[in-house]
Amino acid sequence: MPSGVDIQGPKLTKADFATDQTVRWCPGCGDYAILAQVQKVMPTFGIARENIVFVSGIGCSSRFPYYMNTYGFHSIHGRAPTIATGIKVSRPELSVWVVTGDGDGLSIGGNHLIHAMRRNLDIKILLFNNRIYGLTKGQFSPTSEFGKKTKSSPFGTAEQPINPLGIALASECTFVARSVDIDTQHLSSIIERAAAHKGTAFIEIYQNCNIFNDGAFDDFVAREVRADRMVQLEHGKPVVFGKERNKGIRLRGFHPEVVTLGENGVTEADLLVHDETAQEPALAYLLSRMTYPDYPVPVGVFYRANRPRFEEVVEQQSIQATARFGAGSVQRLLESGATWKVT
Amino acid sequence: MSTETEVVPAKAKVTEIDTVVIRFVGDSGDGMQLTGTQFADTTAMVGNDLATLPDFPAEIRAPAGTLAGVSGYQISFSSHDIKTPGDQPNVLVAMNPAALKTNIADLEEGGSLIVDTDAFTDGNLAKAGCKTNPLKDGSLVGFRVFDLPLTALTLQAVAETGLSGRQATRCKNFFALGLVFWLYERPVDYTREWIEKKFKGHEQMAKANTLALLAGYNYADTTEVFTNHFRVRKAQLAPGTYRKITGNEATATGFIAASLLSGRPLFYGSYPITPASDILHELSRFKNYPVKTFQAEDEISAIGSAIGAAYGGALGLTGTSGPGVALKSEAIGLAVMTELPLVIANIQRGGPSTGLPTKTEQADLLQAVHGRNGECPVAVVAPATPADCFSMAIEAFRIATQYMTPVFFLSDGYLGNGAEPWRIPTQDELPKFEVRFRTEKEGFQPYLRDPKTLARPWAVPGTPGLEHRIGGLEKEDITGNVSYDPLNHEHMVRLRAEKIARIAADIPHVEVLGKDSGPLLVVGWGSTYGAITSAVEELQAKGRPVSSIHLRYLNPFPANLGDVLKRFEKVLVPELNLGQLSLLIRARYLVDAVGLNKVQGKPFRVSEITRAIEELLRGQ
Repeated sequence: MPSGVDIQGPKLTKADFATDQTVRWCPGCGDYAILAQVQKVMPTFGIARENIVFVSGIGCSSRFPYYMNTYGFHSIHGRAPTIATGIKVSRPELSVWVVTGDGDGLSIGGNHLIHAMRRNLDIKILLFNNRIYGLTKGQFSPTSEFGKKTKSSPFGTAEQPINPLGIALASECTFVARSVDIDTQHLSSIIERAAAHKGTAFIEIYQNCNIFNDGAFDDFVAREVRADRMVQLEHGKPVVFGKERNKGIRLRGFHPEVVTLGENGVTEADLLVHDETAQEPALAYLLSRMTYPDYPVPVGVFYRANRPRFEEVVEQQSIQATARFGAGSVQRLLESGATWKVT
Repeated sequence: MSTETEVVPAKAKVTEIDTVVIRFVGDSGDGMQLTGTQFADTTAMVGNDLATLPDFPAEIRAPAGTLAGVSGYQISFSSHDIKTPGDQPNVLVAMNPAALKTNIADLEEGGSLIVDTDAFTDGNLAKAGCKTNPLKDGSLVGFRVFDLPLTALTLQAVAETGLSGRQATRCKNFFALGLVFWLYERPVDYTREWIEKKFKGHEQMAKANTLALLAGYNYADTTEVFTNHFRVRKAQLAPGTYRKITGNEATATGFIAASLLSGRPLFYGSYPITPASDILHELSRFKNYPVKTFQAEDEISAIGSAIGAAYGGALGLTGTSGPGVALKSEAIGLAVMTELPLVIANIQRGGPSTGLPTKTEQADLLQAVHGRNGECPVAVVAPATPADCFSMAIEAFRIATQYMTPVFFLSDGYLGNGAEPWRIPTQDELPKFEVRFRTEKEGFQPYLRDPKTLARPWAVPGTPGLEHRIGGLEKEDITGNVSYDPLNHEHMVRLRAEKIARIAADIPHVEVLGKDSGPLLVVGWGSTYGAITSAVEELQAKGRPVSSIHLRYLNPFPANLGDVLKRFEKVLVPELNLGQLSLLIRARYLVDAVGLNKVQGKPFRVSEITRAIEELLRGQ
C-alpha cells in the first residue's frame, strides 16, 4: 500500500483533486495532459487528500502544486527534493510527490535529485522533460540536443545533453521509468506503478512545450508513428514493437539491434526479454540509451529494486535506541555527562 | 587494573592562589586538545570555576613539528567567578620548539614554562625556524623554565607494556597531564576512569596511558623539580547540580530541550562544516529522543530539508558557519515568504570566503540581519557564553514558533568550542512555550494572522480540510494565493517587517551593569560578554564611571535599548569585526558609537577592552 493510505476515507473523484486556481500554462502545453492524468489516478490510491503533499521547484512544471487540491509547496529553483526529504523524514506517513523539470531537476537541482534518489526515500518524482527552458522563455536546457539553436545559443549549443534515466540509474534509484504526456493510458499506468512502489520512484515524462520547443518529440511520439518508433517495455516479455508487432530488439553482446521477426530466421526467442528486476541496472541503462532514429524510444519501467528506505531506517534507529536506552526526558537530557553537586 | 601506583599525598610546599591560566601547546598530533579537555573536566569536578579556549589549526595533521601544526588549549580556573579563559597564561606547557616559538610571547613575565627537551632536536628546531636552541640561547631568561625529558620519561614509564617506541611516545601528553595535575593538586581519578572507558578493548593502550599519567604525577611529587605546588580552592558557585559544557554541546542540548518543552520533534538538517559539526555529532547521538538528524548533500539541502520538516510540523533546524549561510540565503528567503518556523544556527568563524575555519569572529551579524534578496527580515539572537547557548537555543525556537519566522542563532567558534561549568536548570526554571497547529476548518485562511503576533497559522499536512498551497511567490494577504498586485506586495512587505518588530515586546529589556547613566556605556553582543564584563567590573571596582550592556537579541533590539543608549555621553562597541553592531546602532538610534574592533581570529583580551575604556574616559 502506498504511504498515506486511508482506507476509511470517503471515495474521491478526479474533481476532488482540482483547485479553484486558474491553470496558467500556455494553451496546448503538455503539462495539462500530465495534470489530468495525475488528478485522474490520485483517487484510485485511496489516500486522503490531506495526506498528500506535492512539492515543486521553479519552472513551468513547478506550478503543478497550485492545481492539486492537496497540500502543496512551490519552493525555490532545484530544491524540491530537499523540501520533500524533510517532509518525508519527519512525516513518513505522508504521500510525497515531487514535480520538477529538466532544468530544475537536472541543472540547478541536479545534486539534490541524485542524493534524494540514492537515499531511496519513499517519494515519487515526476520530471517533465521538454528539453528547453520555458518559464525563462526559451534557453537551452541540460537535455537539449547537441547543437540546438535557442535564444541563448543562436549558433547552436556546444554541449552534450544529459540522459535523465542514466542519472537515475547511476543514483541507485529503485524505480526508473519513462512515459509521454500525450500517451494518457500509458502515463496513468506508470504513475500508478510508481505510487505502489516502496522507495524513490523516478518518472521521466516527455512533455511538449508548444511555445519554445514545439514538436520536440514528434518524430516518435506522434500518434501515427508511435507504434513503429517507440517501444513499450513490459516486464518478463520480449521487447517487441511496430504496428504489426513484428519488430524487436536483439542483443549482440552489449549492442542492441533492431530485428524483424520472421526475417533471416529471427523468432521471438531471439529477442531481448525485459527484466525490470535484473540484479544489475546495466540492461536498463542500455535500454535508456536507445534513441530515435537508430532505435525505437523505450517507455515503461526500466528498472526497479527493493532496498531499505531512508526514512524507514531512521525511524527504526529511533525505535531501537528507545528500546535500548529508554525514552529521553528533560531531566535525563540535562544531566547527561559527568555532573557534580554544589551545596 | 593490575598496576597500582600509589598516589602519595603531597609533601611539597603548597601556595594558595585564586586564579591560574595554563596553556598546553604541541603538535596537532600530540593530543593537546585531549590533554586540555581532561584537565578541564577534572578542574570542573573539583569545583573551580573555569573557562577554556581551544585553538587549533584547520589542518588535521599539518607536517609534524612545523609552526602551522601547532595546536593549543588554554584554560583559566579559579576559586571565584571568572568569565574568560584569561589574557595571558601563567603556565605554558610546550611539547616542541614550534609550539614554544608560537606561544612564548603570550606567557606572562616570570611565568612557568614546562618543555619536553627531547623534542628540541636539530630537526625540530629547523622545522620551527629556530636558528638557535631557545633552551640554551638565553632567550627564556625571565621565565621559570622546567626543561624535562618528557619523551624519555614516558618511554621509561610505559616500557612494561611492550608498546612500540612510536606508540609509547604518543603517551607523553598523559605524562605532562600528570605533572600538571600534581602541580595544581588535581586528582588523577577522573582521567584514569576516562582512559579505561575510552580504551576499552585496547588494554595495552589503556595501561600505557595510565602508566604515563601516574608516572607524570609521581615524577612531580618525588623529584624536586617543582619546589611547590598550588592550591586553587573551590569556587563559591550557586548551589545546584553542575556539568562542564561547551557552547556546541549546550546548543545541541538547548535545541533538544526546546523539542521536549514544546512537544514537537526536532529535525536537524546539516552539512559538515567547522566549527559547527559538533552540533551534528551531538544531536546524532540522541536517537532515543524525538530528534532526527539528516546529513545533507550540501548546505542548501540542509536548510531545504529543515524547511520541509517545519512545514510538516517539526522544529526545523539547520546549522552551519558563515560560508554555509551564504549558500542558504535563498532558502531563508523562502522560509520568510512561507512564514514557517525555522532556526538557522551560525557558528561563526573568520571570513570572508573559507577564511579561518577554526578561528573565531563575529563578522556575520550583518549577513544574518540583512544578507538576503528583497526586504527579508528575520529574528536574530546571540548567546553570550557557552552555557548561555542552551537558553538562547530554546529562545530561538520559542520565537520561531510563536511568530512563524526564521530565527538566526549566532554563536561562534570561541563559544562553540569553549567550555565552562553550567548549573543545570531545574524543570521550573525552564521556559514554557506552547506550539499549536491550526486544525479548525471553519474560517481557515493560510495567511490570516494572529492580531497580536501577526503570526500566520501553522497548518500541517495531514490536517483534513486545510489543504492549501504555499511557496516563494508573493502571497495575497489572508488567502495566501499568488499575487502580483503592487499594493498587496507593499502591504505584505510591511507586514513581514512589522511581525519581526513586534517580537521586541516579547523579549527582555537590556539590563545595565553599573549606573544607568554616565559618561560611558560599553555595548557588546554574543561571545564578547566575558571579556567586556570582566573589563567593566574591573574598572568599576577602581571607581571608573563605566557601565555596560550586553545584547543577546540583535533583531529586533530590546525595546529599551534606545533609551539606555541616550543616557550615556559616549558609547563604545567592542566587536570581533570592523563595526557591524556599531553600524546598526548608529543607523537605528543616531548614536555616535565608537568601535573597538579586532579581527585576528581570537577573542578579546580583557586588557584590550580596559585600555579602550580608559582612553575614552580620558577623552582620547
